[in-house]
Amino acid sequence: MSRLTISIFSESRAGILNKVSSAFSRRKINILSLTASECEVEGIFRYTLLVEDDESKIRKMVLQLEKQVEVVKAFYHFEEELVSQELALFKIPTSSMTNGNAEKIIREHNARFLTIEQDYAVVEKTGFRAEIQALFDELAPLGILEYASSGRVSISKPETNIQSYFNQEVLGEKISRRISI
Amino acid sequence: MESVKSQTITAPSTQQVNGSKAVLEALVKEGVEYIFGYPGGAIMPIYDELYHYHDQLKHILTRHEQGATHAAQGYARASGRVGVCFATSGPGATNLITGIADAQIDSTPLVCITGQVAAHLLGTDAFQETDIIGISMPVTKWNFQITKASEIPGVLAKAFYIAKSGRPGPVLIDITKNAQFEEFDFSYEQCKGFRSYIPTPKLNFDQIDAAARVINAAEKPMLLLGQGVILAEAENELKAFIEKAHIPTAWTIMGLSALETTHELNVGMLGMHGNYGPNKLTNECDVLIAVGMRFDDRVTGDLKQYAKQATVVHIEIDNAEISKNVHAHYPVLGDAKEALTALLPVIEENNHEDWLNEFRAFAQTEYDKVIHDELNPESAELTMGEVIKFINEEVNNDAIIVTDVGQHQMVACRYAGFKQTKSSITSGGLGTMGFCLPAAIGAKMGAPDREVIAIIGDGGVQMTIQELGTILQTGVNVKVVILNNEFLGMVRQWQELFFDKRYSATEMINPDFMLLAKAYSIECEKVDERDKLRAAIHEMISHDGPYLLEVRVGKENNVFPMVPSGASVSDIILEKPQNI
Repeated sequence: MSRLTISIFSESRAGILNKVSSAFSRRKINILSLTASECEVEGIFRYTLLVEDDESKIRKMVLQLEKQVEVVKAFYHFEEELVSQELALFKIPTSSMTNGNAEKIIREHNARFLTIEQDYAVVEKTGFRAEIQALFDELAPLGILEYASSGRVSISKPETNIQSYFNQEVLGEKISRRISI
Repeated sequence: MESVKSQTITAPSTQQVNGSKAVLEALVKEGVEYIFGYPGGAIMPIYDELYHYHDQLKHILTRHEQGATHAAQGYARASGRVGVCFATSGPGATNLITGIADAQIDSTPLVCITGQVAAHLLGTDAFQETDIIGISMPVTKWNFQITKASEIPGVLAKAFYIAKSGRPGPVLIDITKNAQFEEFDFSYEQCKGFRSYIPTPKLNFDQIDAAARVINAAEKPMLLLGQGVILAEAENELKAFIEKAHIPTAWTIMGLSALETTHELNVGMLGMHGNYGPNKLTNECDVLIAVGMRFDDRVTGDLKQYAKQATVVHIEIDNAEISKNVHAHYPVLGDAKEALTALLPVIEENNHEDWLNEFRAFAQTEYDKVIHDELNPESAELTMGEVIKFINEEVNNDAIIVTDVGQHQMVACRYAGFKQTKSSITSGGLGTMGFCLPAAIGAKMGAPDREVIAIIGDGGVQMTIQELGTILQTGVNVKVVILNNEFLGMVRQWQELFFDKRYSATEMINPDFMLLAKAYSIECEKVDERDKLRAAIHEMISHDGPYLLEVRVGKENNVFPMVPSGASVSDIILEKPQNI
């Protein structure tokens, strides 16, 4: 079993996520986290999924995903080949700052306040899963009103294959790189 | 007014049409001849427009939408072109799914067009609304829902391109009713490709050179050919290749007929009920060259004991198939025709007569122990094998043989003779009972100059038997041979061999097939005696029109050889084990 991050680059179209997720469910592979976003190439969406399974099974599935007509390219990476982060938001009672030491905890964890209202405050923490968990564990006794976190967002460390792929001429058509990002 | 008129005339590339007409114009532009379909509420505007297209598009009204997909598959496989289906929304669309799944696993190019409720009703559980895009997604190469008429030309052009390019497959296009009515400026341009899809990977000549070196050094090479050879139209290249390097060649049932039966290097069928030699010697060859096949489990048996001694060269267009089941030491990614063309000049002329003799020795053993009795039985009961033998003689090994699924399929694939490619049409990957009868109808339309013979079991024929109505209405000249053993024979064989003869739900009480044929005004005959069989087959082939021949065969005959489920290919058995 390996912890693997799968990156799928596809055309942006309704239904692609269904296609992607059915490739996983068909093989009974549980998706631990999922993030979808635009990428540096115009019109191309990037899906980042975290799974824990056999590498050979994942390798075959990634090839099947890449075969999908709208999928431009799919990769999988081991943990050490990536820089990844997750983002979490915590809603805590404002009273926890006066009655407890929430403010100190938040500062120590390099988290930051997004808003402070009369009744509650919203705190943002970006980091590894373990760091977010550590903050969660310390805030929990003071009361967490609401908690949400993103899936992982990853960038691969080596000269990224997807870029070289996009720099190629595909079917004679130069794919326009987005410059406004 | 005058100026408007002249403007319309000087702009011939676009015309104001409704979505329905645009669909039919697109089919005409794609060179479609036949549509296999069934009308209904949500596709009525398209059918209404079809009324005006009699001279350009022939519509075959099947008796069930599943029949439409199988007929389109038969058409596609016999002609090498894209099969086209129409169906309405809801149940019409869901009835297509079995045929679409069959086409997906057997790489058959289809474009299926379904009607859908109007766009404003989507997601409201409207009458005959079903999420066919969601349902068909896992079994299509591509699918798309059109909600605006203006999308029709671009999407249909893409649909045909995707269906037939690279590794072919089925495409489903769902068109909402409002889009069928909507008017727009129509112009059509065939699709030549788009950025996210590379159907045919460019050959890597390093891979070609590496593969050639291994093949040239081989002492006991063996080649496995699959349907990829037929889909790439690489039959001649393959023949030149195996003749030059003198390589014994076996086939999967999807590759059957790519190499003529009588070719000296044709060593027979792979897999569970394949021939003795190719199964045994898979585990003795030194180089295994797979061309356009995917090492299905029915071909490989237990993977842990499959060709472990061999260096594997895999020529394949689909990257996801390489090293999926069997590790490819020397992959060659690309179109089979291009790859074999590139290999031909770099492989050396060779002679492997001693090695070929090993196949011949196994073939002799198989003939003595199995084939002789199957083709020349001494028992009173008829065998499936002798029926195929007489058909071979009657058509001189030159018919399109369409089969269903089960014992008769294995027997037909084992014994039918072929001279031309695209002549064996069967449901390989999905194993869809009911495939044969409608597929034969489509095959005859795809290859009207050829004799088309459907070989079906008594079980499978009853799954799509309503297509006798399609034969009645179209008069299509197919010969239907029902091999009736009053059992679901293959399941019964397994029950006999592996489930202590507990014949659970396999015995069939059948209708009178003669009365049925007569009800559909189809000429027919029933045979249960050997001395009448040859004459009956002759009568069937001579008859100018559709014909149904029922042959009563032995109720509990088995198909051998057999690689027992989960066993190694080299543990193939020629007869029932003693302890059973």
